[in-house]
Amino acid sequence: MQSIAERDLGTPARVSPKLVTLTIDGQQISVPEGTSVMRAAALAGTSVPKLCATDQLEAFGSCRLCLVQIEGMKGYPASCTTPVTQGMKVATQNDALAKLRRGVMELYISDHPLDCLTCPANGHCELQDMAGAVGLREVRYGYAGANHLSAPKDESNPYFTFDASKCIVCSRCVRACDEQQGTLALTIDGRGFASKVAASQNESFLDSECVSCGACVQACPTATLSEKSLIEIGQAEHSVVTTCAYCGVGCSFRAEMRGEEVVRMVPNKDGHANHGHSCVKGRFAIGYATHPDRITKPMIRSSINDPWREVSWEEAIAYSASEIKRIQAKYGRDSVGAITSSRCSCEETYLVQKLVRAAFGNNNVDTCARVCHSPTGYGLKATLGESAGTQDFDSVMQSDVIVVIGANPTDAHPVFGSQMKRRLREGARLIIVDPRRIDLVRTPHIQADYHLQLRPGTNVAMLNSLAHVIVTEGLLREDFVRERCEPEAFEKWRRFVAEERNSPEAMQSVTGVPAATVRAAARLYATGGNGAIYYGLGVTEHSQGSTAVIGIANLAMATANIGRPGVGVNPLRGQNNVQGSCDMGSFPHEYPGYRHVSDAATRALFEAAWKVPLRPEPGLRIPNMFEAALDGEFKALYLQGEDIAQSDPNTQHVTAALTSMECIIVQDLFLNETAKFAHVFLPGASFLEKDGVFINAERRISRIRQVMRPKGTYTDWEGTQLLSNALGYPMNYGNTSEIMDEIARLTPTFHSVSYERLDRLGSIQWPCNEQHPEGTPVMHVDTFVRGKGKFLVTEYVPTEEKVNARYPLILTTGRILSQYNVGAQTRRTANNTWHDEDRVEIHPHDAEERGISEDDWVGVQSRAGETVLRARISPRMQPGVIYTTFHFPDSGANVITTDNSDWATNCPEYKVTAVQVVRVNQPSEWQRRFHEFDERQRELLREAREPAEALGAGAPR
Amino acid sequence: MNPRNLVKMANDIGRFFASEPQRTDAVAGIANHLRRSWDPRMLRQIAAYVRAGGAGLDELPHEAVQSLNIPETPATVPSGEPVPGARTSSAG
Repeated sequence: MQSIAERDLGTPARVSPKLVTLTIDGQQISVPEGTSVMRAAALAGTSVPKLCATDQLEAFGSCRLCLVQIEGMKGYPASCTTPVTQGMKVATQNDALAKLRRGVMELYISDHPLDCLTCPANGHCELQDMAGAVGLREVRYGYAGANHLSAPKDESNPYFTFDASKCIVCSRCVRACDEQQGTLALTIDGRGFASKVAASQNESFLDSECVSCGACVQACPTATLSEKSLIEIGQAEHSVVTTCAYCGVGCSFRAEMRGEEVVRMVPNKDGHANHGHSCVKGRFAIGYATHPDRITKPMIRSSINDPWREVSWEEAIAYSASEIKRIQAKYGRDSVGAITSSRCSCEETYLVQKLVRAAFGNNNVDTCARVCHSPTGYGLKATLGESAGTQDFDSVMQSDVIVVIGANPTDAHPVFGSQMKRRLREGARLIIVDPRRIDLVRTPHIQADYHLQLRPGTNVAMLNSLAHVIVTEGLLREDFVRERCEPEAFEKWRRFVAEERNSPEAMQSVTGVPAATVRAAARLYATGGNGAIYYGLGVTEHSQGSTAVIGIANLAMATANIGRPGVGVNPLRGQNNVQGSCDMGSFPHEYPGYRHVSDAATRALFEAAWKVPLRPEPGLRIPNMFEAALDGEFKALYLQGEDIAQSDPNTQHVTAALTSMECIIVQDLFLNETAKFAHVFLPGASFLEKDGVFINAERRISRIRQVMRPKGTYTDWEGTQLLSNALGYPMNYGNTSEIMDEIARLTPTFHSVSYERLDRLGSIQWPCNEQHPEGTPVMHVDTFVRGKGKFLVTEYVPTEEKVNARYPLILTTGRILSQYNVGAQTRRTANNTWHDEDRVEIHPHDAEERGISEDDWVGVQSRAGETVLRARISPRMQPGVIYTTFHFPDSGANVITTDNSDWATNCPEYKVTAVQVVRVNQPSEWQRRFHEFDERQRELLREAREPAEALGAGAPR
Repeated sequence: MNPRNLVKMANDIGRFFASEPQRTDAVAGIANHLRRSWDPRMLRQIAAYVRAGGAGLDELPHEAVQSLNIPETPATVPSGEPVPGARTSSAG
C-alpha cells in the first residue's frame, strides 16, 4: 500500500528540455518529451483509472484499465505505455472506455475476496478505488467459478504478509524488486489463470532471496502484501516526513501515525537521497524505539558495583555537574571531556561540543567518526580542500565507470547500493577493490569487469599501482591538472608514482593481484568516460587510512574525474549523521565547519558568540582519552549516544580506561555496554522523539521531526542544556531551530541554512550560503575549495600488524544488511531473524587445514585478546583471510582488534588483525568475564527499577 | 601517557612525511601535524622524552619535536584551575 499522503501520477517523470503540448479532455498541457499520456493527464488533474501502473515503476501495460481514446489512433491504447506527441488529442472518459473498464474490473473482482471492511487496505486499496472509479455495480460472472480465494497466506517474513488470495497479478511487486531493489527475488510463476507471484523458486518469502526492503509491499495496490504493523494497528491518520536514523544514505520517510503510535514507515517518493526506496532497517526495524529495554528515568550511582538509583532529572543533572566540578577542581580543567554521536542530530552534537569548549573550558571532545571516517576528513581536506564527498547520490546515474573500494554498498548502504545497481544494469562498467568477494562482484544482471582481490592492508600499494599505470601509459589528463592543480606538488607526485617500485608488476607480490588485471582496471578508470570512486571503511580503517584517501583523491584529479556529475570521490559514510557530527565541530581540533581551533579569527568569532574565552590547542582524541584515563589524568566523560565499550578496538584496553574514571555520564536509549561502566544514566531520545537535522554522506541536510513525545521527558539537546546550565554556563535555547540558526550564523558553509529553507526545499546539500542558496550537489566544479588541487605523495608503508607462525591469518571486520553497527537498535527488532549472532567466515581451505566445519565453535586469538565464535565456511574469503561482524557485544570482535591506528587521525586499524583460529569447545576467558559482568550489571539495573524503599541504597557522594 | 605509544604515533606520522624530497619539508610537515592534532600534554610529554634522549624515535620526528620548542612546563591553564565562571549574559 502506498503512502496515505502521496499522489501517484502513474508513470515516472521524464527529464527533457523539449516540451510537448497536447490536449486531454479539451484541456491543453505541456509536458517533457517522453512523458506518458497517463502522467500528462494526472498532471492536468485527471486520474486515469489504473492498477498495474505506479510512478515508482516503468509502465507495464498489463491491467488494461488505463485505456484512453486518442484522435487518429486505432483502438484504445494504454495511457501508461503511450508517450505524448505534439498536438495529440486524448479523451480519458467516454461510454466505450467506461464499458471496457467495467468489463476488466468485473474480471478482477470475480476472483477477489469481498472482505473490504475487514481488509487492512480498506479505504486505501487501489482495487477498491478503481471499482468505484469505473462505476462497477455488478459482476456478471458471479463468484462461484474457479478462483484463488483459498490460496495460502505466507506469513514467514517478520514484517509483512503475502496473502495470495488478494493478488491481482499486476506484477508491481515483481517489478519493484527488479527495478527499485535490483534483487530480482520475485517472479510470476505459471501462465494464464495459474499465474502467481513466487519468491525465488516458490519458496517462502523468508527462505527466498528477498532482502525485505519493502519495495514490493509499497508497490502492492491491494492488501496482498501488507505490513504486519498495519494489520495489527489499523490505518494511519496522519503522516510526518522525517529521516532514517540508520546508515549514511539518510533516507527520507513518511512516519505514518495513529496518534503517537507509528503504524509504518513509508519511504518518501520526494526524498532526494532515496526517491521512495528503503531497506529492511529503515523501513521496518523501528521496534527498538518502544522496546521495554528503554530506560526512561535518570539514574545515578557512586560506583559501578552499586545498584542504580532512579532519580529526578534535576537530581541527576545536579549530581553530574557537581562531579564534573569536583573532578576539575581536583585533577584540572583538562581532566574531563565528551563524545558526540553520529546517531544524534546536528543540533545535539553542536551543543555537546559547545558544552565542552565553553563550559568544560577545554577541547576534549571527539566523535565516533574517529573510528570510521576521520581519515576521509583529513585526506579530502588536504587534497581538495573540504572534508566531505564531492557528489550527490544521483550523480552515479551519469557514471560510466564505477570503482568501489573497501565498501559493500548492498549491505551497508543498501538504498544507494540499489541505485548503483540500476546504473550498472544500464551498462556502467564496474571495478571492485576488496579482499572479499562482495555481492556486487556478481549479482543478477551485474558482473564486475575487474575484481582486484587484494590482501588486507595493501590499499595504498594498489592505489599507487593504478596511478603508476595512468602516469606511465600517458593516461593523465594533463590539461585538467595544469589548470586546476598545484604544479610543483603534481610533479613531485608524478615522479613518485612513476617509479618502477610502484608498478603493478613490482607491487604484485604485495597486493596479491596480477599486474595485468591492475593495468586493465587503471586503463578502464582513466579512459572509460565518467569515472566515479565510492569507498568505505575498507579504505579508512587502516594504519594508512588517510594515505589511501589521499591516493583516491590523487587518482580523481589525475584523470579529471572531479567537478561534474558522474564522477568524483564519494565516501560512503557509515552512520546516518556521521558527516553532520563532523561538520558540527565534534573533533578536538576543529570548530564547526572544519576550522582549526588555533585560527585566531575563527576563535574570536566563537568567543564573541559564546561569550567565553576558548582554548587555542587541540584537545584529546578518544584513544588519547583512554591513555590519559589510564595515567590518572582524565577522570570524567560525558557520552551522548555512543557505545565505545563495544565499538572501539581492543575492548579490554577501553574497559580498563572506563573503570579508571570517576564519573561517566551516559545519555542513551539503553543500558549499553559503556553504560555498564557509568555513574550517571540520562535517558536518551530516539529519532522519532525529537526535531533536528541529519547530514548524510552526500552532505545532504535533512529534517528529522518529532512524531511522539520523548519517553524520557527530555530530548538529548535539552539534557545537554540542563547540564550546561548546572555547570554555570547558560544555554537558553527554546527549540532546535534556534540552535540551527546559531550554527548557520557561525559557519560559512551553513550561512543560508534554516528550518524554513529546509521545509521549502525538502533537503539541502551544503555549502548553502549566499553563493549557493539552494545548496551544492557537486563540489569543486570550477575550482577546488582550497583553490588549486594538491597532489600528495603516498608512500606505501606496510602495517606493523604482521602475520607469523603464531598468528598466520588476517582478520578483517565488517557489517551485514540486517544489523546496524553495535546492534543496539537492530538487535531489539525482528531483524535478528536473519542474523542472531556474529560468525567468523573462513575460507574452505583454511577451515580444512584446521579441521573446522560449518557451525563449529572456534577460538580467534590475536595479540590483543581471544574470543570464540561459530564458524561459517565461505569461499567469499580468500585463503589466509577471515571475516567477522561486531553487532553482538558478547561476540567480542573488538577484543581481538588492536590499538594500531591511522597515522594521521588514529582511526583504528579494524581491517587488519593477525590471528589464529582453532576449534574449541568453550567460551573464551574474556567471554566468561563479560557474561558475569553483564549479568551483574543487569541485576543492578533491575534493582533500580524496584521500589526505592526496598533497595535501601545510599545516595552517591 | 605511555611514551612508547607517543613514540609509535610520532614515528607513524614521520613515515608519511619521509617521502618529502627535502628533509626540511619533512620535518616541518611532521611538526605542523603534531602541533595541529596533538593535545598540549602529549606534546609536552614527547618533548620531555626527546630531552631525555628520545630512544626509539626516528630521526625526522625527533627533529620535528625539537623544532617545536615546547617548554617543560605548561604556559597556561595550570592543573587544578577551576571551570571558567558563568557569564552574565545569555549565551544561548
